Amino acid sequence: MMPVVLWTDAMIFLLLATILAGAWHIRKWPHLMLPWQRVATSSMGMVSLLILSLFMLVGLLDSLHYRIALPEKNNGQTVYSAEVVSAFDALASGLKSRTEKTYSAPMAAYLYAKENMDTLEGKILRDYPRLRFGGVHLSDVGRDWLGDVVQKAARGALAGLLLGVLLIAAIWILFLRQRGDHLPLSKVADNPRKALLITTLLLAAFFGAVSNLAASYHVLGTDKVGQDVLYLALKSIRTGLVIGTITTLVTLPFALLLGVAAGYFRGWVDDIIQYIYTVLSSIPSVLLIAAAVLMMQVTIEMHPEWFETSAARADVRLLSLCLILGLTSWTGLCRLLRGETLKLRELEYIQAAQAFGVSSPRIITQHIMPNVMHIVLIAMVMDFSGLVLAEAVLSYVGVGVDPSTMSFGTLINAARLEMGRDPIVWWTLAAAFGFMLVLVLAANLFADVVRDAFDPRLSHKN
Amino acid sequence: MIAYLIRRILYAFPVLVGVNLLTFALFFVVNTPDDMARMQLGMKRVTPEAIEKWKQQQGYDKPLMLNTQAAGMSKISDTVFFEKSVRMFAFDFGYANDGRNIAREIQTRMLPSLAIALPTFVVGLLLYITFALFMTLFRGTALDTLGVTLCVFLMSVSGLFYIIGGQFLAGKLWHWVPISGYVGGTDSIKFILLPVLIGVVGGIGASGRWYRTIFLEEISKDYVRTARAKGLSELRVLFGHVLKNAMIPILTGVVVVIPLLFMGSLLTESFFGIPGLGSYTIDAINAQDFGVVRAMVFLGSVLYIVGLVLTDISYTLVDPRVRLQ
Repeated sequence: MMPVVLWTDAMIFLLLATILAGAWHIRKWPHLMLPWQRVATSSMGMVSLLILSLFMLVGLLDSLHYRIALPEKNNGQTVYSAEVVSAFDALASGLKSRTEKTYSAPMAAYLYAKENMDTLEGKILRDYPRLRFGGVHLSDVGRDWLGDVVQKAARGALAGLLLGVLLIAAIWILFLRQRGDHLPLSKVADNPRKALLITTLLLAAFFGAVSNLAASYHVLGTDKVGQDVLYLALKSIRTGLVIGTITTLVTLPFALLLGVAAGYFRGWVDDIIQYIYTVLSSIPSVLLIAAAVLMMQVTIEMHPEWFETSAARADVRLLSLCLILGLTSWTGLCRLLRGETLKLRELEYIQAAQAFGVSSPRIITQHIMPNVMHIVLIAMVMDFSGLVLAEAVLSYVGVGVDPSTMSFGTLINAARLEMGRDPIVWWTLAAAFGFMLVLVLAANLFADVVRDAFDPRLSHKN
Repeated sequence: MIAYLIRRILYAFPVLVGVNLLTFALFFVVNTPDDMARMQLGMKRVTPEAIEKWKQQQGYDKPLMLNTQAAGMSKISDTVFFEKSVRMFAFDFGYANDGRNIAREIQTRMLPSLAIALPTFVVGLLLYITFALFMTLFRGTALDTLGVTLCVFLMSVSGLFYIIGGQFLAGKLWHWVPISGYVGGTDSIKFILLPVLIGVVGGIGASGRWYRTIFLEEISKDYVRTARAKGLSELRVLFGHVLKNAMIPILTGVVVVIPLLFMGSLLTESFFGIPGLGSYTIDAINAQDFGVVRAMVFLGSVLYIVGLVLTDISYTLVDPRVRLQ
């Protein structure tokens, strides 16, 4: 096994490290903790954070890439498979390997298309064949199917519920009990802990049922080449998360440095920076992105020797898409930060710092940047959902991720044409839109809570 | 005001020059014309002659910025930069890969784009503002919460879903209207209906919430309290006072996009097969027709700048205190 660190993997782990370091820093300062405590008392915020973190878990597992060593050796040297797989693939190997011939509906035991089959009497019969993996254990599908599905779902849900209870008990014993926090749950009505508890149990039951069913059925059906749609949708999560987070990471240095510099120095610095962002924002963003992506495609096509594996190439394309999206979208945040800095630099404490002879870089980093961070944070969480949605649109337009990268956009794009079939193949589209809706909805709700907690214009009672 | 307008238009020039330089750098410096030729003609087994021929057809065989072999003014004018970028200022966009004149194509395709975009814009604007005003009227009640929840939900749904779902429901299940296509004249109404409806529904979430925020900000101001103290009904306060005063933030977001309506919508037009500028752009992107993409980038930024000037003018119409000098 050879670990492979793709560019986006490195960026994701960098981001994770930054968040952890930030959290460590914030823990020490009560005034920085205050808005986060407000987030922590909101049921809506905590529940959406729980759902978001499940998505992130899948995305992180899917970012641990490696290549498997092949059994044969070349002159004593280990040879590695050209295929790059992730820890998530290893966990979901059942889903990945159980491929059918072509489409099959969710939970089906029969294939979508009729085939010629030889009967025992030597005649040729034209009928729907049984699937290779979905529901093979059923001897009589018409009689056993419903009972089996209900039984498997119930057993899975019970097992999941049990695990959920164990998990909550473990968390309670490890973290909460030590604080002497013995309030019974019924007494803390307006506490996110109750909502979190219920959500965790519901989710545990749901995942238990789904994973138990997924072991013997294709829960969301299969696509044109027979791949399990649930697997494809789960793999798409990483792409969505990468685009939503790394793009803002790219945006940040431009918006922060240029915006604060323009507002603080004014004069010709301000003029130049304003000119740059006026030019960039006057081009309709889709067109600018399309133009840049087209050019990036030409560059990548012209230099196949840069990439060791096809996964590396697709990954560089994904990263470039993030870069392009970031380079075209920093102008809005930059304008906000410029305005805020213009306001801040007239305040007494900045003028006092200037009078004491504190250098400009030091004033900017020590006095201005910490006081515009709430704007940056709000912009980051607010942009996330928009970027996840934009990925699907860009992939449809043809300027999105590499066609071999699994993403919501490529899923929708592939499934769109199947709506014309009769009976219609709706499950791939439904899966892609459903996953996207849950992710974006959770992100939007969380962003609202964060914005309310950090917005200084709102008065907070507690 | 005239002097102001002239100054604004003069200020627009450096911005357009910047856009022009940026697109030029993007299309000709990042990748050489040779790369593009190879991309167009197929990656492998392309003879150098074929590349030369393609470049000559496209007019890419000249030096990029400075022609050292030519004399006098044509040192500058006989270059790719002059031919492809500077000429855009005269709206001379050259020819597409299929040999058609891009400027003429844009003229004929503007009308179908506008036929979809304008009704969507007008109906949407009226609907969103009314919806937001009603949410503001019932603020703090269950109706308001319901409205906001609906908005958050609607804005979390992908725009592609509205189009695909709407097309499926209206076209396949209920057989109301044709799924896609377009004809000119009065017959076009049945082709326009569905895209407009979907466009309006798709915008409710984000826009409704945005207008609600604007109105809520206005409603906490002193003049509203004064109006209520005079004994005006809440409806009159909202529609008579709050709406009028909220016009400035509304116009800031709305007027900018009016000229861009000409560009049409990429997604809607390509899904519904409408021969407008949006589908023209998408086709050009898919066929990697760089000339058309360049023309659309330039046109888009010109229209955006026109929109900014229009925004300033619109302020003077709704707020007598604003004077452009």
